[in-house]
Amino acid sequence: MLIIILKILIPFLIIFNMIPFLIWLERKGSAYIQDRHGPNRAAFFGIRLGGMLHSLADVLKLITKEDIIPLHVHKPFYLLAPFLALTVACVTYAVVPFAHPIEINGEPFTFQAADLNVGILYILAMASLGVYGVMLAGWSSNNKYSLLGGVRSSAQMLSYEIAMGLSLISVLMVGGSLELNNLVISQGATPWSWNFLTQPVAFFLFTTAAFAETNRNPFDLPEGESELVAGYHTEYSSMKFAMFFMAEYAHVIMASALIALLFFGGWQVPLMSTDFLREQAGLGLYILLLAHGILFMVAGIFLLTWFKKGKYGDLRDYEVLVWGIPLVLAGLGLSLYTLLHGSFDLTPLGSQIFAAVVQFMTFMAKILFFCWFFIWIRWTLPRFRYDQLMGLGWKVMLPLGLMNLAVTGIILLMR
Amino acid sequence: MISSYVPILVLFVFAGLFAGAFLGISALLGPKKKSHAGDSIYECGPAPVGGARERFSVKFFLVAILFILFDIEVVFLFPWAILFRQFVNEGMGLFVFVEMAVFLVILVLGYIFVWRKRALDWR
Amino acid sequence: MSETIFFYIFAVISVGMVLLMIFQTNPIVSALYLVFGFFGVAGLYVLLSAPFVAVLQVLVYAGAIMVLFLFVLMLLNLRKEDLVYDRLNWRKIGVGGVAILFLGFLAHHFTRIQIQPFFDLPENFGTPEGVGRLLFTTYLIPFELVSILLLVAIIGAVVLGKRQ
Repeated sequence: MLIIILKILIPFLIIFNMIPFLIWLERKGSAYIQDRHGPNRAAFFGIRLGGMLHSLADVLKLITKEDIIPLHVHKPFYLLAPFLALTVACVTYAVVPFAHPIEINGEPFTFQAADLNVGILYILAMASLGVYGVMLAGWSSNNKYSLLGGVRSSAQMLSYEIAMGLSLISVLMVGGSLELNNLVISQGATPWSWNFLTQPVAFFLFTTAAFAETNRNPFDLPEGESELVAGYHTEYSSMKFAMFFMAEYAHVIMASALIALLFFGGWQVPLMSTDFLREQAGLGLYILLLAHGILFMVAGIFLLTWFKKGKYGDLRDYEVLVWGIPLVLAGLGLSLYTLLHGSFDLTPLGSQIFAAVVQFMTFMAKILFFCWFFIWIRWTLPRFRYDQLMGLGWKVMLPLGLMNLAVTGIILLMR
Repeated sequence: MISSYVPILVLFVFAGLFAGAFLGISALLGPKKKSHAGDSIYECGPAPVGGARERFSVKFFLVAILFILFDIEVVFLFPWAILFRQFVNEGMGLFVFVEMAVFLVILVLGYIFVWRKRALDWR
Repeated sequence: MSETIFFYIFAVISVGMVLLMIFQTNPIVSALYLVFGFFGVAGLYVLLSAPFVAVLQVLVYAGAIMVLFLFVLMLLNLRKEDLVYDRLNWRKIGVGGVAILFLGFLAHHFTRIQIQPFFDLPENFGTPEGVGRLLFTTYLIPFELVSILLLVAIIGAVVLGKRQ
C-alpha cells in the first residue's frame, strides 16, 4: 500500500511542481520571443530566481483573493466545473512509465502508478472527460461569452479527439500493444528507429490534435481574448480560475509526455540501451557525476561574471553571489570527490537503479523540450478562424489519418 | 490482474481530495467583503443585454453526433491495431486487413455522404 | 473478500446515482448523475475481469454519448416553466405495478440460480487482445454488420440535422 501511494504521489508532485515552472517558462519565453525582459521584479531579500518568484507570488495572491460566486450562476455546477477539470487533469498520468522496469529480489518493479493492460486507452478515456469541466463552466456561468466559449471549446475537443484516436492507431499497429512501456521498448534505443521517423504523418496528426485538445494556440479559440474575453472561465476568479489554469498546464505536460512516449522513444536514452546502461553503470556514474561537477562550476562562474557592485544599489546586487558561490563550491567538491574516488563499483540492483535514474532524467528532458515546444508555437503562430479549425479537423486530419492507417497496414503486410 | 486497478481508485480519491482542497482553501482564505460589482454578469462594463440562455445552431449537435459515430469506429480499430502484427505472423494478415478494409469502406461511404451534404462546412 | 467489498461500493454507486437521476427535476443534473453512475458500472466491469469493456464504458458512454446528451439539454434550455409535470393516474399505477411484479419474478429466479463460484478464466479474458481475437475471427459477421449500423446512423443524423 505504501508503494502504491508513493508511486502515485511522486509523479504527482513532479507534475504539479512543473506547473509554476512552466508558467515562468511561458512568461520568460514569450518575453524573449517578443524581445522584452519578462518577469524580473518579485524579490525575496533580493533573490529573484530569474523571475521565478513571480509564480510563487501568483499562488499566494490567488489563494488570498476574494472567492466570488456571482449571483446569476448555477451554483452547484459553477463549483463542480473547476473541480472536474482539475480532477480529470490529475488522474491521466497514472499509466505513464518513467523508466525501464527493474527487478528487486526477482520481482518486477515498474516505474508507473498503475500497470494497466488497457494502457493508453485509459488516458484517452480520461482525456475525453475533460469536456465536462469546460461545458459545465460555460453553461453554469450564465454569461454569453462563457456559453459561447464552452460550446466552441467542447465541439473543438470532440472533433480533434477522433483525429487523435486515428493517429494513434498506426502507432499501435507498429508497436503491437496498448501498454506504453511495451510501445517504448519496441521503439528501441536508436533515434532513427523511433516513431517520429517511421510514422511522420501520425506524429504530425497527433501533435496537432494534442494542441487542439489542450485548447492552446493556434487552437485557443474558446478563449480568444479579442472576441470572447476569457471564454468559458470569464466568470471565474481567485483559485477557481487558477484551477482551470493548472488543469491546462497539466494537460500540456501530459501531452508532452505522450508525444515523447509515442514518437520519441519515451525513457530510451539515445544510442544507449537499458542493458548497455546496466553493464556500464559504474563508469556511467563516474562520468555523470564528473560532468555535473564541471557543469555546476561553469554555471557558477558564468553567474559570478554578472556580479557588479551598485548595479541596483540594494540586496539584488548580491543575488548572483548567493547562487554562484555555492554552485562553484558544489561543483568543485563533486568533481574532486569523483576524481579521487575513481570508477564506481555498483551492485546489480545499484546498476539497475542507475539505469532507471538516467532514463528518468532523459524522459524529463524530453517532456520539458515538448513543453517548450508548446510555448514556442503559442507565441509564434496566429489563431485559426473557427470554420478553418473545424475544416482542418474533419476534412483534412480525418482522411489523412485513415490513409496513413491503410498505408501502414499495407507496408506491414508486404514485409 | 484486478489488483492492478487499485492504484487507479486510490488516485481518483486522491485527485478528488486535492481539487476539493483548492476549492476549500479559496473559500476559506479569501476576504469576505461583498463587492456588488462582482455579482453582476460580466459584459465588458456596460449593463448586460438579454440573457445567456439562447438556443444554438444545430451544427454543434451534428458535430457531437458525428463524433460519437466516428469515435465508435476508432474504438473498433484499437484491438485490431494491436493484434494486426500477430495476425500477420500467423499468416492471417491479408484476411484481417480486408476485413477491416470492408468495415472502413462502408464508413467512408457515410463520410463521403456527410461531406457531400455539406454537413462539415461551417457556414 | 475485498472484491466483495468493492462490489458493494460500486453497486451502491451505480444504483444510487441512477436513482438520483430518476428523481431529479432538472434534466441537466440528472444527466450528470447518470455519468457518475457509469463510473460505478465501469468499476463493476473491472471486478468482472473485463477491463476493456470498463474503459470503453467510460470512453464511449461517459466521454461521448453523455456529452451529446448534455449538449442537447444545455442548449435547448428548458426553463422551469417549460417542464411539464406528469400527473399520476390509474393507468400509470397499473403499469408500474406490473413492472414491479415482473422485477420480483426475475429476482426470485435469479436467487435460485446455482452460482459456481470459482472457475478459471481463459488467458487474455477481457483484455483488448482477447476481445479483439474473438471479434475478428469468431464474431466476424456481427462486426461487419456494425459498420452498416453506423452508416445508417450517420446518414440519419445528417438527414435530420441538415433539414432546414
